[in-house]
Amino acid sequence: MIRKFVCGAGALGASMFAASAAWAQEAAAAAPAAPTPDMGNNAWMMTSTLLVLMMILPGLALFYGGLVRSKNMLSVMTQVGAVAALTMLIWVMWGYTEAFGDGGNAVIAGFGKAFLKGVTPATTAATFTPGVVISEYVWVCFQMTFAAITVALVLGSVVERMKFSAVMIFAIVWLTIVYFPLAHMVWAGNGYFFTKGALDFAGGTVVHINSGVSALVACIMLGKRQGYPKEPMPPHSLTMTSIGTGLLWVGWFGFNAGSALEANGSAALAMMNTFVATASAGIFWMLIERVMGHKASALGFCSGIVAGLVAVTPAAGNAGPFGAIVLGAIASIVCYFAVSKLKPALGYDDALDTFGIHGIGGMIGAIGTGVVYSAALGGPSGDSWMGMGDQILVQLETVGSTIVIAAVGTAIAITVAKVLTGLRVSPEVEVEGLDLGEHGERAYNH
Amino acid sequence: MKYVIAIIKPHKLDDVREALGAIGVLGMMASEVKGFGRQKGQTEIYRGAEYATNMVPKVKVEVALADSLADGAVEAIREAANTGSIGDGKIFVLDLESALRIRTGETGETAL
Repeated sequence: MIRKFVCGAGALGASMFAASAAWAQEAAAAAPAAPTPDMGNNAWMMTSTLLVLMMILPGLALFYGGLVRSKNMLSVMTQVGAVAALTMLIWVMWGYTEAFGDGGNAVIAGFGKAFLKGVTPATTAATFTPGVVISEYVWVCFQMTFAAITVALVLGSVVERMKFSAVMIFAIVWLTIVYFPLAHMVWAGNGYFFTKGALDFAGGTVVHINSGVSALVACIMLGKRQGYPKEPMPPHSLTMTSIGTGLLWVGWFGFNAGSALEANGSAALAMMNTFVATASAGIFWMLIERVMGHKASALGFCSGIVAGLVAVTPAAGNAGPFGAIVLGAIASIVCYFAVSKLKPALGYDDALDTFGIHGIGGMIGAIGTGVVYSAALGGPSGDSWMGMGDQILVQLETVGSTIVIAAVGTAIAITVAKVLTGLRVSPEVEVEGLDLGEHGERAYNH
Repeated sequence: MKYVIAIIKPHKLDDVREALGAIGVLGMMASEVKGFGRQKGQTEIYRGAEYATNMVPKVKVEVALADSLADGAVEAIREAANTGSIGDGKIFVLDLESALRIRTGETGETAL
């Protein structure tokens, strides 16, 4: 099932009541039975929205924070939290309208809903089922959390060396020129990839390939951390990382099962797949570690869990449970080689493996979705499906385009941040740690 | 008097304590330390990347002894801490010039 979004359809906005009586009658005649939101659907979508918020603070903040050295713990948590908060403000100003506003073209929506103009408690957003709607405010909030976590994900590659001010500038530019247009193209009813039939249930391209590729470009432009790769930079607290992993997994149900937009069977399928694909990936990362001659590690388990979550995101409602298990296993194995072999071979300093796990895992998931969607493999494809070959081509085109858009947009955003802020902290601050150097606080006072 | 410093594997601390207690040693100090010898540290692996950590965790046991007990104590520690594998540790014996019990002012072997 593909997200289908026609915002405000059939809703009687507050402005209509202010219009002349004759005009109001005409409008009522045109849309005689405005659907009202089902309270169960609204309640589920509100819950999902909060689950996604939990993925950011504390989920991602702890997951990323535990992976850095203790002198940078607080800077990571602050960066994740602050860009998420900034995104929420931008979202209601121009983000929502740019992604899902009134009309627009295949690349960008119209700006008629800037500052949430016309959005009221009475307006609604369509779901996948004709005639079923949810409150527009719920849809605005749900999508707001997606934007917030995606930009926070990018930061995983640039931690321990990027100025806080540069992070904030980057976020503003990147969201505006990369995230909002991509969200429109993939999810809006008139979006370019949507009309081509691209499958992305909960953000495999928009969130994961996008953030992963952006992270790669950003860390290359920023340069390596001092001492990388000669000095050991082991994670300072795998306990925190494990806690963060658990919060991400739970929160991801909001991400995936919430993307059904209704509390229905599709959401249930997405929930099932989010369990089993993730479990499969966690186990398979440890297995591949064993095969490669190492011990099954805690960080390996956490990495596998995230790789599985990433891979199942585009497939959540688009695969059967066993398709999802296979997808999770493959993504986990490929991501393992991306972070343990590809990264050292190419020498870029993707500090927390955002590209290696979100970028690569997202690509496996997006392309694999074209395969596991097939009813022959247990997926939910119907009779009207374009077929596996054509679907994979569409998926490949979407993945390729997303890579180009993310790479070019990130290069621009990082350049703007560099011009305005200098981008990178001084060598002294980098050695002393960003906690003290950028925020004047320590994470730990022993 | 002698001052014996033994660097041992952490899991051998209880055995060493029992062995020293059995030959009449009344007190000891133990601290967690890190270091390396011929073993040259160990490696840890994070997400497939190998980190050489030069320092290995050890326990340092320190005991002040009357001369008559010193040889027996060294032997007791050696027996208790020996596993036969690399990294079992080392024992150093120093001459101890003086000792004083703060509460009573006693000095010499009576202060131990």
